[in-house]
Amino acid sequence: MLGPLEKDMPSTPPPRETDSPVISARSVRMTFGDGRVVALEDASFDIKAGEFITLVGPSGCGKSTLLRIVAGLIANTGGHMRVNDIPVTGPRTDVAMMFQKPTLLPWRTSVENVLLPTELAGNVTQADKEKALALLELAGLKDFAFSFPSQLSGGMQQRVALARLLQTGANILLLDEPFGALDEFTRERLNVELMRIVAEVQATAMFVTHNIGEAIFLADRVFVMTPRPGRLAQIVDVPFARPRAPDLQLTPEFNALVAQVRSILGGHE
Amino acid sequence: MSAKETTNLPPLPPKGQSARRIIFNHFAILATWVGLWELGSQLGYIDALFFPRPSDIITGFWRLFIVQGNIWFHLGLTLLEVAAGFLAGSILGIALAFGVGAFETVQRFLKPYIVVIEATPRIAIGPIIIAAFGFGWTSIIFIVMLVCFFAPFVNTLNGIINVDRDQLDMFRSMRASRWQTFRKLILPEATPEIMAGLRLAMASALGGALVAEFIASNKGMGQLISTYTGNLNMSSAFVCVLTLSAIGFFIMRAMESLDRWLVFWNDRNRTETVGRKRHAAWENAALARKESR
Repeated sequence: MLGPLEKDMPSTPPPRETDSPVISARSVRMTFGDGRVVALEDASFDIKAGEFITLVGPSGCGKSTLLRIVAGLIANTGGHMRVNDIPVTGPRTDVAMMFQKPTLLPWRTSVENVLLPTELAGNVTQADKEKALALLELAGLKDFAFSFPSQLSGGMQQRVALARLLQTGANILLLDEPFGALDEFTRERLNVELMRIVAEVQATAMFVTHNIGEAIFLADRVFVMTPRPGRLAQIVDVPFARPRAPDLQLTPEFNALVAQVRSILGGHE
Repeated sequence: MSAKETTNLPPLPPKGQSARRIIFNHFAILATWVGLWELGSQLGYIDALFFPRPSDIITGFWRLFIVQGNIWFHLGLTLLEVAAGFLAGSILGIALAFGVGAFETVQRFLKPYIVVIEATPRIAIGPIIIAAFGFGWTSIIFIVMLVCFFAPFVNTLNGIINVDRDQLDMFRSMRASRWQTFRKLILPEATPEIMAGLRLAMASALGGALVAEFIASNKGMGQLISTYTGNLNMSSAFVCVLTLSAIGFFIMRAMESLDRWLVFWNDRNRTETVGRKRHAAWENAALARKESR
């Protein structure tokens, strides 16, 4: 349990004066079955405030495991994971997670779904309600605030989930293949919007994908991970300026990076 | 959402002109049937001893409900037994399922027993209950309770077990308490299956009560039917059966409506209606705030 101090933390902390990392991992390790199955080999990295990190690799490379450790949903069996300079001991208010499935509650309208995290944290004020509506508008769902999930397409459902993610007020967003179940076109459009929105709310993001192009297009840095055992093989810097247009993916520089990541993944893919 | 096994509600009948026609057609067919039956009976093709004439049944209604009036007592008693047994059995079943569902180890431990007990014909335990609680309404309530226990219990437990893992993780990542997770996720998520269980229980409750009355009572509709049949008073026995059909029909209809009302999100039309209502409520609240300022 977190103390009262952290509960009162502002939803978006003021920009840090120092360059200290918001997420810092030292030899973070995850094993199952008394250490026989290694899901994630010692991983060490620092992530600065406002960075957009993507984790790319085939199934079983430990990318979801790493994300769930940061989220506090599972406890690492070795090493140290710190978020905002505090060791991760469980789910916390400054970290929020989005899943591949929209995980919306079908008996709640969009805006009621978005308000869920506020409701779970305490009382819902008028300001919270207005924030929820504003976030739905930011996610492009102004006219669907009072629709139920069953009345929305898969892409729109994920937009609601995105608005709900932002409603938590967390400044660290963990996205586990959030658009993985959507068609190519919808995914690309949502990726562009996600970049815009994350920049707008000045959040730090960790985004899991198994699509190399998507990983590079979104990221400031790409964490390339390989399986058996799950390992953070290399961190690749992506130098392109923001905002980025989808055309970027046609440039030779972009494709050189794709080739580089592909070669790191090597025979694993 | 995953495609989950829930109650498949029949589509609502169409409204207006076509509905009136359908009803008219049904009545025409029914009247033809009854007419043929009456005619066959009058002409001696149908043995009126076992299949009383429709006209006798209609006068039987008058006799039992108005002239003698004795059916009211028996009907009331049976319905009370059904209501008490159904409520006790289903509440116990649902509550126990939530208790068991909260603990994964208990779940695993109980599972084989549930399978065995589920396969046991409920009514076979009837005589044992009568031996324990004696002849009369107490035993009957217990038998109805037993009949009504398992469907809600098993369905509720299934509903809890089938809650999506990602949904649970989502709640956990938002630091929801156990109670919040139960109240805002597990309970509504399990509601369609609980309702299906309750409807199954209700469907067997009336039958259970009648069978129990056949063997363990000298009052109630079950006894009334067996007494009339024993006296070869078939028209009165038919009146009892038809009365029970009508009551059973209305009970099942009421359960269906309750299901539709509670689990509105599985019904397209209801979803639209509820969405409009919530929108209107939201707008009204906003308007009221503006005016008070």
